[in-house]
This record gives sequence, structure tokens and C-alpha cells, in this order.
Amino acid sequence: MSRLASGGALIDRDTAISFSFDGKKFRGVKGDTLASALLANGVKLVNRSYKYHRPRGLVTSGPEEPNALVNLGSGNRHEPNIRMTQIELFDGLEATSQNRWPSLRADVGVLNAAASRLYPAGFYYKTFIHPRAAWKHVFEPMIRRIAGLGRAPTEADPDTYEHQYAFCDTLIAGGGPAGLLAARRAGEAGERVMLVEQTERWGGRLLVDDDAEIEGKSARDWIAEQVAALEAMDNVVMRLRTCCSAAFDHGYALLYERRGDHTIPTGPRHRLWRVRAKQIVGATGMIERPIPFYGNDFPGVMLASAVRDYVKLWGVAPGQDTVVYTTNDDGYRTALALHEAGCRVAAILDSRADPVGMLVEQAKAVGLIVMPSTGIGKVMGSKDGVREVQTVPLDKGDDVELGKRLQCDCIAMAGGWSPVVHLYSHSGGKVVWDTAQAMYRPDPENPPRDRFGEPYVRLVGGATGALTTHDVLASAAGEGAGVPVHCAAEQPASPVWFTPSHGKAALGGKHFLDYQNDVTVADIRLAAREGFESVEHAKRYTTLGMATDQGKLSNINGHAILADTLGKAMADVGTTTFRPPYTPISMGVIAGQEKGLLFKPVRQTALHDWHAGQGAEFEPVGDWRRPYRYQKGSEARAHSITREIKRVREAVGLLDASTLGKIIVRGPDAGKFLDLMYTNMMSSLKPGKCRYGLMCNDNGFLMDDGVVARLDEQTFLCHTTSGGSDRVHAWMEEWLQTEWFDLKVLTANVTEQWSQFAVAGPNARALLERMEGDIDFAGLPFMGFADGTLNGMPVRVFRISFSGELSYELATPTSYAVSLWEALLGAGDDLGVGPYGTEALHVLRAEKGFIVIGDETDGTVTPHDVGMSWAVSKKKEDFIGKRAMERSDLTRAGRKQLVGLLTEDPKFVLPDGAHALSADGKRAIGHVTSTYHSPTIKRSIAMALIEGGVDRMGETLEIGIDRKTTVKAVIASPVFYDKEGARQNV
Amino acid sequence: MLLIQCPACGVEAEETEFAPGGEAHILRPEPGCSDADFAMYLFERKNPRAVHYERWRHAFGCGKWFHMARHTHTLEIFGVYAADAPEPPQEIKDRIAERTAS
Ligand SMILES: [Zn+2]
Repeated sequence: MSRLASGGALIDRDTAISFSFDGKKFRGVKGDTLASALLANGVKLVNRSYKYHRPRGLVTSGPEEPNALVNLGSGNRHEPNIRMTQIELFDGLEATSQNRWPSLRADVGVLNAAASRLYPAGFYYKTFIHPRAAWKHVFEPMIRRIAGLGRAPTEADPDTYEHQYAFCDTLIAGGGPAGLLAARRAGEAGERVMLVEQTERWGGRLLVDDDAEIEGKSARDWIAEQVAALEAMDNVVMRLRTCCSAAFDHGYALLYERRGDHTIPTGPRHRLWRVRAKQIVGATGMIERPIPFYGNDFPGVMLASAVRDYVKLWGVAPGQDTVVYTTNDDGYRTALALHEAGCRVAAILDSRADPVGMLVEQAKAVGLIVMPSTGIGKVMGSKDGVREVQTVPLDKGDDVELGKRLQCDCIAMAGGWSPVVHLYSHSGGKVVWDTAQAMYRPDPENPPRDRFGEPYVRLVGGATGALTTHDVLASAAGEGAGVPVHCAAEQPASPVWFTPSHGKAALGGKHFLDYQNDVTVADIRLAAREGFESVEHAKRYTTLGMATDQGKLSNINGHAILADTLGKAMADVGTTTFRPPYTPISMGVIAGQEKGLLFKPVRQTALHDWHAGQGAEFEPVGDWRRPYRYQKGSEARAHSITREIKRVREAVGLLDASTLGKIIVRGPDAGKFLDLMYTNMMSSLKPGKCRYGLMCNDNGFLMDDGVVARLDEQTFLCHTTSGGSDRVHAWMEEWLQTEWFDLKVLTANVTEQWSQFAVAGPNARALLERMEGDIDFAGLPFMGFADGTLNGMPVRVFRISFSGELSYELATPTSYAVSLWEALLGAGDDLGVGPYGTEALHVLRAEKGFIVIGDETDGTVTPHDVGMSWAVSKKKEDFIGKRAMERSDLTRAGRKQLVGLLTEDPKFVLPDGAHALSADGKRAIGHVTSTYHSPTIKRSIAMALIEGGVDRMGETLEIGIDRKTTVKAVIASPVFYDKEGARQNV
Repeated sequence: MLLIQCPACGVEAEETEFAPGGEAHILRPEPGCSDADFAMYLFERKNPRAVHYERWRHAFGCGKWFHMARHTHTLEIFGVYAADAPEPPQEIKDRIAERTAS
């Protein structure tokens, strides 16, 4: 066991917590993370790497962790790829390691590692190109089996998630010393403040590095005082376990709040805050950099800051015998913490020739061995961890030899600090390389700017590159009064990008840069040699920084090695773009409440429940659900459809056509406006009459159709397709507002105010005449309409037909819909009245050769192409689409034209979309647009767009069914039934 | 996500409440225009890394179209103005000149 006898600021030793890892039971204590609890139990091996399946342990103690990803939970709460370092321990927690088979300790994928010389950068690109077919059937399945992180869950997630919206003056990301001070200052100034912290605690690194005295208080007391003061302010909102994931344009930020990962949540498990902030303050601190050296990935090699986090926050010793490898003063804090906790420090290896300063002196004073100008040359170890290091002098030339051997079970790497500049970079702020401090810092000349052109993201504290508590608080105090701080001054660092870097001691491929993706120093050098000199290219070629940790530890070392290999300055190599989210967020929180019925609202007509009660099978039409057919008993689909078609052809059927769009266009210039919107003339329509109209876009292609009724001199009612009402209404408004704003016209979309039914069939008039009312159905001419009442209900009756039968459409205010529908059905049992669905409607119209927008048209079809030149005015000077239809491509011979197709075998129904072949069989000359079995003419029918089709009547075409089969069909008129239109004129 | 103020109703709202409508101030040619002019009208659009005059609609609000002068790279918004304005108002032109001078 590695739990120390004392210490551990975050833990409560008296409250034991049991959990399991890979099925084995363990005990931790309250306040542990899964990471600290496993370390306390002596578990060092936690994962296998992605590519080589190398054994890996914890490297960090926070969200930047690259190695320790686990599957959390089981069954429907299973979730892959969660960082152990961010999992707060709770009773009954179950975690399993991933990316290993059959077990973590005996993983067969490790064969990859034995062959790792065979897997250099770009290996997949180079190797699996030939033969082409092998990629799909051999290589990809094989790679997928070996590679990959955790497995996706297979059951529906039982938890809930939500999105919340918030507004504030200042959003502060990070609850360390800089964030607390910035929040306090903003709060005292009366601003609306949101302060968020990704962990479960306030204070940041000050909880660990508590050697500073602030405003005369200990670090711990100072934190408590700030938190208490902030909590007392009504204008400050504070959230723990909430990460500022992203800063977007104009002060828009996303916060990811984990409410239910450490306990069973009441309410949503995760919450996504969508915040609009006037100012965003990034108090996001820094992340320590690892040092690439030979064998730097054995379990037990950790960041120095993480080593002392485990000691001081959780009372756990990551090692009993530690080698500290540092490039700066801060590494000494780790050595001192270990020493104070009673753990042996084998040596402090310092890259600097002459380390001096307060921390160095303290270490020497307690008897720690300091080795200047010394690095790690080689690490010996196994899956059980580090055993030994061999040092290397850093001040020798090419004749350098490996030096002393040191026994150890832990290596603490202090490679310097990288400011977390992500929020600055997310929305366009620039970062610059600071050569003296060896870090990227925010460029104050190029901040992200809001809509007024003013900076809106400001970084404070460690995120600016401030290293000491004094400098951190000075940067956060802003223009206000500073805070007196006493803390150790620190000497300049001397960065080391990898060791040993030259001479015969420089060893091959095991200097790991990106632990998660197994990218080594050698990979970056190879990429540079092969010409991937741009940092963006080298990244994609090697996958450096492309894992789930997004290169938080690896990018800067990788870029420095690229610069070194190319002989360029770091500033000239540049950096890759920091992209949101800062750490991965759950899929559940992205969806929020928008799942199931709330995924997208469904539009239902007033008769929806009636349809459902009659066995309706619904189909989506735009956002609507319409009855496709009404099933009686257990009859087959085709049976229902045939029954409904016969009803309309032989008796009378009712169709709920309420989904048709209805737009009122009114004003002195309404006729003039509609002449521009439709291809045919609408201004000449007489009040009381209807006209079928076509609408094209500016390209001359059909976009909608429908019947237009002139209600009075200044008022038109335009019907649109079911899916098109909003689009057509918006289209009309666009032209009225942006092009013809001089026209005096108003529009209103009244689609849902009116319900509408088709009453179609030879018995339609007889049925309607049985109703009480004042409408003369026999006297109403085709394409006329009348207002009146039926059984006391207000109706407008249009005599129009989409089935070719005697047909009326009845519109009534939606509140009357159910009463009118039921009255009609109740009036004509003996007349054979009953409902029909949309599939019957489609067959009925296809038998008559009527087009459906979206079936016969696909955005490249003109009215002329579908045989509707009669509906394109030659008299009008202008309308939308007129000029376009004069273009050479739209007037040329040989365009696809609408025709009917009759298969040689009358029973064979062509597949929708099937292609017609040219005579030589080499080219598609058109395709099937609608295809059905027609119960009326008792054979299959189809409509098709065929090149030059109108002039090819009677020609037999081969229609491709699959790769091998074609069937013969004859080109015919698309009007298959009642060509004279006698049935509707009775 | 941009923050946009609708000049028609005055509401300041998220970009998702609006619908973009592409480049502004494109003149629709007369019916008898040349193929070249018509092709220009139908297809040719600017795509500058600079100030862009564009059309927007307050689609999930008052429904009105309007114009906006926006820098496509810095995302600075120099002003919004009426959909029937043939060109940007002088005050917006002045602001653009002042803001992009350096
Ligand atoms: Zn508005």
C-alpha cells in the first residue's frame, strides 16, 4: 500500500469507499479520485497504449491525463474513455481498463510493440495503399480490431441531460488564485459574474503549493476567505465541476457541468451551459510538460506536479524512491514534498549548469542530492513500472556516454510549464512563443474581438505565463490594487526537449511525445525528413496531438523537436490551432433534452387522433404526419391501398388534406405580385375562381405548385405543397421585402387555421347534397369555389380534383374539423363513404399523370420538362424563372421530359429511381420518378423523365433493375386513365 | 455564434435566431439581359476576407430581412440597415473606414 501515514488535504481517511477495477475489489477513502485510490492500492498499470499496446500508468493528476482512460459503469450506464484523474470515487464505482485483450497484464496486442520498428509515422498511409480491395476486406477490419479506445455502449442511456442559457458581464474560467481574485474584483465592482471551476475544489495549485503568504495569511486561509466573500455576493454565481469548454464568437461560451458523475444525481447528470458573456476571463492556469527521454512511458514516470499533488492532496506516494528530473526551480517543490512525506528522493537531476535560489537551497539543506547539467539517458522497467534510470550529462559534446545508474520506482518530470491559452485561441486570439520562458503566451496585440471590435477574452494568472504566486495574483488584480504576496523567487528555466539528443547515447524510437497516440521523437524527425515541414502537416502525418487529450502534454515538445530538426526557430514553426472543447464532453449533454419526442416537433392535423383510431399507418410529409393508409383488421398494406383507390374510383372517399399550405396574399398589388411569383397569369383570375399555378426559382426550376383562389379583388388564397408552406411563405416575403418592396401587398400563412378535406368519387356530390346547407354543388363549376355552411358549420368549397374524379375540397376553420369530418362520414354509409390515405392519393394522381413536386421534380426540372408549357405565360414581361428558362441549356433539344412507362410484363412494378438505358446500354438516359401498381387499369404504371421522351412515344427502353437484369418498358403518355377528363366533368 | 441586433424590431439575439441570405446589393437584371449579366446575377458571389455586406433575416423573430456589414475574419459588425437600402448608409461607411484604417 502506498497511502502515507499522514497528509492529504482532500481526503477523509475515516470514510472508506469500496470500488472495483477490472473486476477486482479495492478500498479507497472519501475524497479520492479513481487515480489516487488505485495508486494508494499500489496499482501502477492502468491502460495499454493505442498503437503499440505498451503498458502505461498515470502521468498526471488532472484533466490533461493522456493514459488513464477507463470504461466507467456497466450495462446502460457504461461509458468509455473517461479519465481516471477526473473520476471522484463513490461507493460501488465499477471501472474496467480498455484497449487490451484478454487482460491488462497479458495483452496480445503488445506484439505490435515488438514490431514497433515496423510502424513508423505514416506507416498506414504507405503500407495499406495496395491492393485497393484489401483495404476494405483485410486491413481495415484488422486495424479496427487492434486499435480503438473503449467500446461504445449498446444500451440507451437512462440519465437525463439539459441545456441551460445564462447571461453575465464576466465569465471567469478557473477557480484557482487568479480566478478567485478576478471574480472578487469583478463582483465588488457590481458586475454579474459567473465563476466556474472544472474540479470539485476551489484554490487550484495554491492548495498544493501553499508556501506563499498572501495578504498576511496562509494560502489556505486566503482561499477560504475569497470563497466566503464570493458566496456572499448576490451578483456572483459559482459552479464547481464545471469546465469552460469553449469560447466562441462575440462572447458565447459553453460550460460543461458534471452534476452526477460523483453521486447519483437528482435531475440531469450533465448540463451544458450556453452563456453569453460580455467578458471572458481565462484563469485557466498551466499544464506541466513531460520530458521525452528513452523509456519515458513506463508506469511510474509522472509529471512532477502530479507526484506532489498525489502526496499533498490525497496522501499517496506514487513512489517510495523517486528521481526528479527538472529544468526549473519548481521541480524542487516535488522533491521537498516527497522528502517531507518520508519518501526517498534518489536524486534531483537538473538540466541547468548552476541551479541556485531559495528552493534549490532548501533541497540541499535537507540533504537531497542535486546533479546539475544532468538528464535521464535511459529508463529500465517493465509493466510493473520503473526499476532504474541511467543518467546522461547534458553539457558534453558528441562523445557523451551514459552515466550513473540510480535505483528508483518513480520518475518526476518537471519539463517546464505551458500556459493554458485555449480559450484565447478558440475564437481567434493569437499566441506568441516566448523564447526566454519557453512557452506560448497570449499575444496582447491580437486578442479575440467582439462585434464592436473590442477584446473580450483576457487571460490572467498562470495562463499568461506568470509562474510565481506573486506574479499570478498581480496579473489577476488588473488595474485594481495589487495583493501583497511573499513567495519564493524562481530562477530561469533551461528547457530540454528530449534526452539524450545526440552522440552515440542517443537511442532510437522510445522517446514518447504523445502517449495516447504513441508518437515518438523519431516519428516527428521522420516526418520532417519526409517533407512534412508545416506543423499542421506533421501533426496529421504522425497523429501528434490528435488523441482525446488533444496534445495537452505533447504538442509543444513535438513542435520544438520539429523546429530543431528543421533548424528553425520555434516562433517560425508555429503552433496548431487549439480547438474546442477543452476536454471531451459527453454525447448526452450535446443532445440535451432534444431526443425522443423533443428531437423535432411533429405537426399533427386536427384529425390525427381520429386517424390513429382508424388504424392509420402514418408517414412523414415535411414535419407533418399523414395517414399513409388505413388498415382494416390485419389486411396487408397493398390490400388497404387497393381498397381505398377503388372507393374513390367507384364510390366516394375522404382525404385529410389539411397539411396543404394556405397563404393569404392581399393588397392592391396582390395580382401583380402573384404574376411575378407564378409562371402563369394570376392577375386575370376572376374572384370566385381557382387556377392551378406553378412556382419556379430564379434558375427556372420548379419549386412548388398549388391551386390559387381569388377570394376578392384584392385577396388571393395560395395553396402550396404540404412540405412547402413555410418555405413558400418565406420565399414570398423575401421578394416582397428585398426586391419588390414598392408593391402594396401583405401575406399571412394560415395553414393551420384551416382544415381541408377532399371529397372525391362519383358519389361525392350525392354525399354533400345530403348535408344541410346553402351551397349549390351541382351549379358549382369546375375550378370554382363558394362560401357557405354545411350542417351549420362554415365551409369554403373548391371544385378541384387531384384524382380525376368528381371532387370537392372543403375548407373549414380548424375547430370544426372533427365535427365536419364525422358528419360527412355519417351521411353516406350506403354511398360507400370512407377515408383514403396518401398512398391511394399518389396512385390516383399517377393514374392521371399529375406531377408531385419532389417526385417528378428534383430541382433541375422546368415546367416545360414536365409537359406544362401551358402553365408558363408568354404574355408576362417578367416572372421568377422567366429569364432563366431562356438559357441555352434549358431550351436545348434532348432535355429529359416527363413520359409514362408501361412495362412489357404488366405485373412488374419498376423500382423507384431505376435508370433507363441508351440503346447501346452504356448510358443512363433518364429515370423513373413515380411507379405503382394501378388497381384501376390493372397493371403497373410509371412516370419517368427520359431524354427527348415526348418524341419517343412507343419506343421500347431497357430499364436497369440491378447489375445484371434489365426489363423492357414502352414509352407512353403519362395520363393512364380517363385521358379526356370526362370523369371530373359531371 | 454571432450576436446580432435586428434593425426592424430592435431585438438583440443569437445568430441561430437569424437566417443568412448571402451577399447584399445584388441587382436583379431586366428580363432581356445578356447571358453574362444573368449568370453574374445568379452565380457570382464575393467571398472576401474583409468587410462583407450581407443579407440576413430575423427568421425566428419578426421575420424581417435586413442588411449587415460584417468583417468575415474578425467578425466585427459595423452596422445593420434596412433591406431596401440600395447601399450602406454613410454612417456605416464612415465607421468601416475608421475601424479598418490601420
Ligand atoms: Zn427582428
